[in-house]
Parts: sequence; C-alpha cells; structure tokens
Amino acid sequence: MKKTRPISHSWWWKVIALVCLLYTYIAGFLGTVPAMPILNETIRNLFFHVCMWMSMFVLMTVNVVYGIRYLSTNNSYDDLVAEEAARASMVFGIAGLVTGMVWANFTWGAPWVNDPQLNGTAATMLLYAAYFILRNAVNDEAKKSKLAAIYSIFAFAMMMVFIMVLPKLTDSLHPGKGGNPGFNKYDLDSNMRMVFYPAVIGWTLIGVWIMSLRIRFRLVEQSYLEKL
Amino acid sequence: MKLLKYICTFIFLLFSVVLNAQSVEMADRFRADGKIYVVVFVAAIVITFIAVYMVRLDFKVSRLEKMIKEKKH
Repeated sequence: MKKTRPISHSWWWKVIALVCLLYTYIAGFLGTVPAMPILNETIRNLFFHVCMWMSMFVLMTVNVVYGIRYLSTNNSYDDLVAEEAARASMVFGIAGLVTGMVWANFTWGAPWVNDPQLNGTAATMLLYAAYFILRNAVNDEAKKSKLAAIYSIFAFAMMMVFIMVLPKLTDSLHPGKGGNPGFNKYDLDSNMRMVFYPAVIGWTLIGVWIMSLRIRFRLVEQSYLEKL
Repeated sequence: MKLLKYICTFIFLLFSVVLNAQSVEMADRFRADGKIYVVVFVAAIVITFIAVYMVRLDFKVSRLEKMIKEKKH
C-alpha cells in the first residue's frame, strides 16, 4: 500500500523549485534580453530582484490567510504557520531591498532615491518587524496569537497600500508606476518571460520550502519540550 | 509517471529560448569571448550547492520527526 505523505514531506514541488532555479541561473545569463538604454545588461536583474518581491508577497499572503484561519479555528498550528510565513517573508523582503539598492545605484545613480516604491517597501519591512515585536511583547500564548493574527490583517492591508497602490498614484521610477510604462509593455518580451515566470515559480517555492522546514522544526521542538 | 511527464514537458518548453541579435551597447564582446560561461558555471555551482544543502536539511528534519514519533509510541 502506498503511504500518503503530507504536502510538506513530498518532493515533487521541491524538485520543481530547484529545476526552475537552476534554469533561471543558466538562462538568466545566456538568454536574449531586449537592448535598452540606461538599463543595458542589468535588465537581467529582473529575474533575480523582482522574484524576491513575488516570494515575499506570497509568503505574506500565507501569513494573513493563516492569521484569519487562526481567528476562526483557535488552532495553535495555524498561528505557527502564520508566524513562520512572516519570518520567511522578511528574508525575501530584505534580500529584495538590498538587491534593489545595488540595481538602483547603477541605473538611478544612488542606492536610495526618494521613490514612493522604495519608501513603501521600507515601511512594509518596519510593519512586519513590528509584528514580531508584538509577538514577543505578549506573554500569554493565546492572547499573543490572537493579537498577532489581527495585526497581520492590518499589516497585509497596509502592505498592499504601500507597495501596490501608493506608487501607482504618485511618481515612481519603477516601471508600471506613476505613468511609467510597465515591464509588460515592451521590456518584458517573450524571451524574458520564458525566464521570468520560472524564476518566480522557483523562488516562491523555495520560500515555501524554507517556511515548511521551519514549521516542521518548530513542531519537533514543541513535541520534544512536551516530553520533558 | 504522469507527473514526470509533465515535469519533462515543462523543462523542454523552457529550454526553447530563441536567440536574437542586438543593437544597443550590451556585453556582446564578453559573450563572444565565451567568458559568460564562466559566470554561468559559477552561478550554477552556487545554486547546486544551495539545492544540496536544502535537501540535506529536509532529510535532517525528517529524521528528527521520525525519532520523536518513535519515542512517543
């Protein structure tokens, strides 16, 4: 009889993640990109920098979904998933900020320009830093989980405003914002799509993998502590 | 088996990237010299090492889970 494994223990999606990443790192350098002024060869950063944000966004969505789930189920496992999703999303958020600064230094002349998109993401990082501070400030487990779940809903909504809405309303140097044409207008041609989409899939799955490993580690830790 | 077929189709689809000529100043000379392959090789090695590391980490956590489970019963 075949044993059914939970999704966190199955390998097929982890293999897809690693194949996508290996492909991204080969085709990302060798594939054809449109020759754009100012950007030149750095347009390839799209494959590496933007994927960090996609991964962060997916993990933050997991955070808010499991936060809401916790509020309805009161199951401590849901809270654990939400917390670890937020932790993993911070890794990708910081990676996105740092890679963005390197790229901005080349194309915009400074690592930090006064751009609503940049300030918005910095504010988002602080919002999620506050999520962990809130968690550490409350001692009562149930109270902590409940407060964190409610806060994560606000944090997610503010993140959407900071990253998705505000930069579109005001002027931003980022493509697709403040009257700038989006990447899909002419930059992101079909050749780049062939690398960009697998890159997003790969990095997102890696983020989920890191999250699932952390959750499993925490569960082992918990059951060990219970035995003591 | 069906899954393997899907994965294979996916990979072959991805590798069908077409090559075109360019006009704006790009690192074409770098490519013509074949030095780009050094970069690609290094990047591929890095990602392979991360992959191996992640897989080993996964196995380690699985082993821990097994140990805890066996001790409980």
